Amino acid sequence: MLLTDDEKRMRDGADGDAVAAAMDLLVRYGEALGAERLVATRNVAGTMTQPSPAKAKLHAEGGWARVYAVTNLDCDRDIEIPRMRVPTCQLQHGFAQDAAGLTSYPESSIAAQDDAEAFFSDRGVTVLATCTPYQVGNLPVRGEHCAWMESSAVVYCNSVLGARTNCEGSASTGAAALTGRIPYWGNHVPENRAATHVVRADVPVASFQEWGMLGYFVGEQVQEARPAVIGELGQPDLADLKHFGAATATSGGVELYHLPGITPEAPTLEAAFLGDAVPRDEIVYDRAARRAVYDALNAQGSSEDVDFILLGCPHASLDQLAEIARLLDGKRLHQDTELWVMTPRALRSVADRSGYTRAITAAGGRVLTDSCPAMSRAAPPGTRVFATDSAKQAHYLPAILGIEAWFGTLEECVDAAVTGRWSGGLAA
Amino acid sequence: MIVLRGRGVVGGTVEAPALVTRDAISGFGGIDVATGTIIEPRHELYGVCFTGKVLVFPGAKGSSGWSGFFQSTRLMGTAPAALVFSVMTTKAALGAIVTRVPAVVGAVPEPVEVLHTDDIVRVDGDAGTVTLVARAGESADAR
Repeated sequence: MLLTDDEKRMRDGADGDAVAAAMDLLVRYGEALGAERLVATRNVAGTMTQPSPAKAKLHAEGGWARVYAVTNLDCDRDIEIPRMRVPTCQLQHGFAQDAAGLTSYPESSIAAQDDAEAFFSDRGVTVLATCTPYQVGNLPVRGEHCAWMESSAVVYCNSVLGARTNCEGSASTGAAALTGRIPYWGNHVPENRAATHVVRADVPVASFQEWGMLGYFVGEQVQEARPAVIGELGQPDLADLKHFGAATATSGGVELYHLPGITPEAPTLEAAFLGDAVPRDEIVYDRAARRAVYDALNAQGSSEDVDFILLGCPHASLDQLAEIARLLDGKRLHQDTELWVMTPRALRSVADRSGYTRAITAAGGRVLTDSCPAMSRAAPPGTRVFATDSAKQAHYLPAILGIEAWFGTLEECVDAAVTGRWSGGLAA
Repeated sequence: MIVLRGRGVVGGTVEAPALVTRDAISGFGGIDVATGTIIEPRHELYGVCFTGKVLVFPGAKGSSGWSGFFQSTRLMGTAPAALVFSVMTTKAALGAIVTRVPAVVGAVPEPVEVLHTDDIVRVDGDAGTVTLVARAGESADAR
């Protein structure tokens, strides 16, 4: 791989051992990909602070420096971790103090995470602690080269914002943070951003749930490819596209999609293909396909007694918090049911100030931050059946926790929270 | 002897039984790192352990945690012996590097078609080759 003089200096240790290890990892990674060079980035979203059993072992051996060396740089040497070279944020991680005692999630992990936050914020890491950095202060501009993790954030960054990132991992973001470099490959290269497939919605897609189901269908159909989606699409908002993208990156590995007339790199369907012919074969999302997606997401539930409702996957927007507060206002949760809304801590503070938190907690629900049950692998004790309005969470949580799942609209989820019973169904 | 030729992603050579799937593999929510098993309910290898096997699969899907989860299998002693995959992605490339096992991408003929679970295969990550040493049930000496 071709390195600039500055990159060679970093590789050879001019900026210290950690930067040299970071450059070594980037070279190995770039060569594995077949990248010809690296590209400069000043926007890194990664993960350092989340506890895990593997990290606990490393921490016991040599503190957070050892954890960063191995998990964020793939380096076994004892190295000092310097300040991050470029702006770097922490994505979602484990549960924080606000969830202490609510689940079997260990208090020791919460304490370990607090300790990690202190270590890494001393080194220039901004602790956004959310899967949606674009909601709380990290909003890349079109064309900006980023090094982001979190599949739902990556697809939003590329598709909705028109910035450029691959789906990075703990090690590549760790190396990017110390060098300001990432392999110039994949989504960084303009010609790799052309659409590959046309998906046409023959049924109306105009609600949060419908966008999520369409996304789940699209991901399953195109896997890692780049779909241009047309048809009976309503005007989406932030939450709709957050849900849609997260679903495409759950059933498949979509990192970039185009919605002609909506997303920035596709003023038209033709433009989405960057001058290549638009394929004649369309993948059609019709009534039968919609029903199949709904049934797949609801094939993991048999008991209609719901004991846990999870909202805010990806982390809830202010509009979603306001809507949940409105639906719960003056109501009371069923005695055997818990309701959690996950949101970034920054938005939680706006929700507190705007009365949303009060309405949700007065009904018996909770507004929690930093994480989610899937990330922290923990739900309220005794949870057997959960319901959610998120296709992503409905997909992952049964596998992670061995519980049943129902997927429906926000209104159906709130109804289940109040009655303790699932009575959702697919609207005609 | 059948030799599949692709590109090496991580160097080194290993010989082990294959575990073959036509389904892409998810890291987060897809594998349990403590036991080295596939835990995605809809996956054809649901409940199957990949520790010590040559994992032959189309590619990586799902969360960006992929590489971190596979790195954890190395740290927990449950890693596969090698990775053989068809589609190059950042998840699979970085995952192979941090798992530190021989890895080959894009081999032809298509490994998922040619190889079967429990075939004995040799993966050479430097040469970028996957060699069928013995079919499942055959002794390697009988070849």
